Amino acid sequence: MIPNLTLAIVAGVLIACGVYLITERSLSRILVGVAVMSNGINLLFLVAAGPAGMPAIIGMFPADQMSDPLPQAMVLTAIVITMAVSAFVITMAYRSFQLNGHDEVSDDVEDARIRALAERDDVSASFEEIRFSDTGDDVVSE
Amino acid sequence: MNNLLPLPILLPMLGAALNLILSHRPRAQRVVSIVSLLGVVIVAGTLMWQSYHRGVQTLWVGAWPRGMGIALVADGVSSLMLTVAALVTLGVLIYSTGQDAEEVRRATPVSIFHPTFLLLCAGVSNAFLAGDLFNLFVGFEILLFASYVLLTMGGTGSRIRAGSIYVVVNLLSSNLFLVGIANIYAATGTVNLAQLSQRLPLLPDNVQAGLQFLLLIVFSLKAAVFPLQAWLPDSYPTAPAPVTAVFAGLLTKVGVYAIMRTQTVLFPGRPLTDLLLWVALATMIVGILGAIAQSEIKRLLSFTLVSHIGYMIFGVALATISGMAAAIFYTVHHITIQATLFLVAGLIRRVGGSTSLERIQGLAKVSPLLGALFLVPAMNLAGIPPFSGFIGKLGLLTAGAETGTPLAWAVVAGSVVTSLLTLYAVAKVWNRGFWGEPQIVEVEDDDEPDEHEGKLLPPVMVGAAIGLICLSLAFTVFAGPLYAYCTLAAEHMFGPQYVQAVLNGVPTP
Repeated sequence: MIPNLTLAIVAGVLIACGVYLITERSLSRILVGVAVMSNGINLLFLVAAGPAGMPAIIGMFPADQMSDPLPQAMVLTAIVITMAVSAFVITMAYRSFQLNGHDEVSDDVEDARIRALAERDDVSASFEEIRFSDTGDDVVSE
Repeated sequence: MNNLLPLPILLPMLGAALNLILSHRPRAQRVVSIVSLLGVVIVAGTLMWQSYHRGVQTLWVGAWPRGMGIALVADGVSSLMLTVAALVTLGVLIYSTGQDAEEVRRATPVSIFHPTFLLLCAGVSNAFLAGDLFNLFVGFEILLFASYVLLTMGGTGSRIRAGSIYVVVNLLSSNLFLVGIANIYAATGTVNLAQLSQRLPLLPDNVQAGLQFLLLIVFSLKAAVFPLQAWLPDSYPTAPAPVTAVFAGLLTKVGVYAIMRTQTVLFPGRPLTDLLLWVALATMIVGILGAIAQSEIKRLLSFTLVSHIGYMIFGVALATISGMAAAIFYTVHHITIQATLFLVAGLIRRVGGSTSLERIQGLAKVSPLLGALFLVPAMNLAGIPPFSGFIGKLGLLTAGAETGTPLAWAVVAGSVVTSLLTLYAVAKVWNRGFWGEPQIVEVEDDDEPDEHEGKLLPPVMVGAAIGLICLSLAFTVFAGPLYAYCTLAAEHMFGPQYVQAVLNGVPTP
């Protein structure tokens, strides 16, 4: 099988652009990134299918002239899934916009709190220092 | 040929469709959900029995010529995982019905919960039974879509924030998976696992390595293996308790299962032992150090989840029968125990009003029952003998010692340290949350503590949690036969049985 170089390059460029957009903060840019990347991957499946041929309908064309139908079935499934994903991400971006006035993926609040404690070299309120004294009584300071 | 194989996928899907029709009749929804999951449990148990006594069960779906269509396969590992997953989801579902009844469907649209939850089960079953890579992808997509909806249910600010991270990370991993499938198809002309097992070794070595790493990265992202674990503790804790429980119990384990399956069936001659051992060690240590820093129970449990994924990767990395058997046993144990702990965290929230260790105190006095419910699975998680966690860890340590390389010994030492630190983390929850004088909840009617307790802890929810604890105790009591089963399943993973059973009657090109 001789792969189609143009298709492979286009697929690579689309996937690279998609990855770049996914690294953005804004959900609407991520959405565009996902769409671009999915299309690149669909092209990749076309590369995998080999040279173009006749429709794969039994009885209409001889088998050796048909194109490989299996990657097309996979691409079809992938397109449907991408559509559903896009719908979900748009909904989520809109809900985020409703709630916060923007659609940016934000940092973890709890994580930031613990990091701030660590930077202050402080302990959280749930910290207990337990000493084991010689007398056998455990001293618990809070 | 076994026509039972599609049922674990079809039954929950049928139940989900019925549930959508019955969306205004919550009681009927509950009956439908429980009946369809009970059906899955029975079918999965039967498949486990059949695969044990009659060898690997296969079905070529849709009456295509063999080798052309979609194959469903149930061998020792997949049917065991399927059975445990079905039992745990049934437990979580029963727990959630108690919650609906108590909370009278306030903030979350419960009519959506049941169909989505069943679709999640269908996706998990499909991933376990898939005999080809693309069907595995479809199984992952079904369960991921259901999980997107469950995670952002109600659309509150914190859930949307956590959901965005989860969705974006999983979109990326799904797309990488598709890139992998396209490349594998271009190189071999098939996506069937058994056929790939024969054709991949014929490829040049560097092509094989590329495909192997690509698949490993995809599934490591789904299984939350270091360094691809950062999304998990961010996104899991905000969801409702039953949702987090089933996510923590099942979703990452599907990723671990996919790693086990692809690394053994597709690349049997080239185990990535050293790399995976390093990764396992880092996952354990990074995860548990994260857990210690947390002061919120659900987040702490999420970090221990990451840490204990390392144990399973350790077993897989060794690429020996004893290592794989221990990994399978540990996965089964961990599915149950982690789901139980998240359910108990939900109960803690009901009693204490919070899951933050800075706000709760003295819960053991308020509800001794809750204390017992937390303590048993927590000790099991930390691996205190004689619980199943100890048996699984012992198996992993033995397998590591058998391999005996310096790196394997280092991971053995790392897993002992992680086990101790896990004990420290759960002891911190116990000391802070359960000991001392009650703070938040005032026990007013001391004369009738039982009635008060009953009001706080709905019997259905407690019953479901007790049921799952009993399941984990059953793993302890029947550890001998279960471990023997896991060893046999591991032998079959490295043996030719899987490929022979699937390709039986398939014409060779």
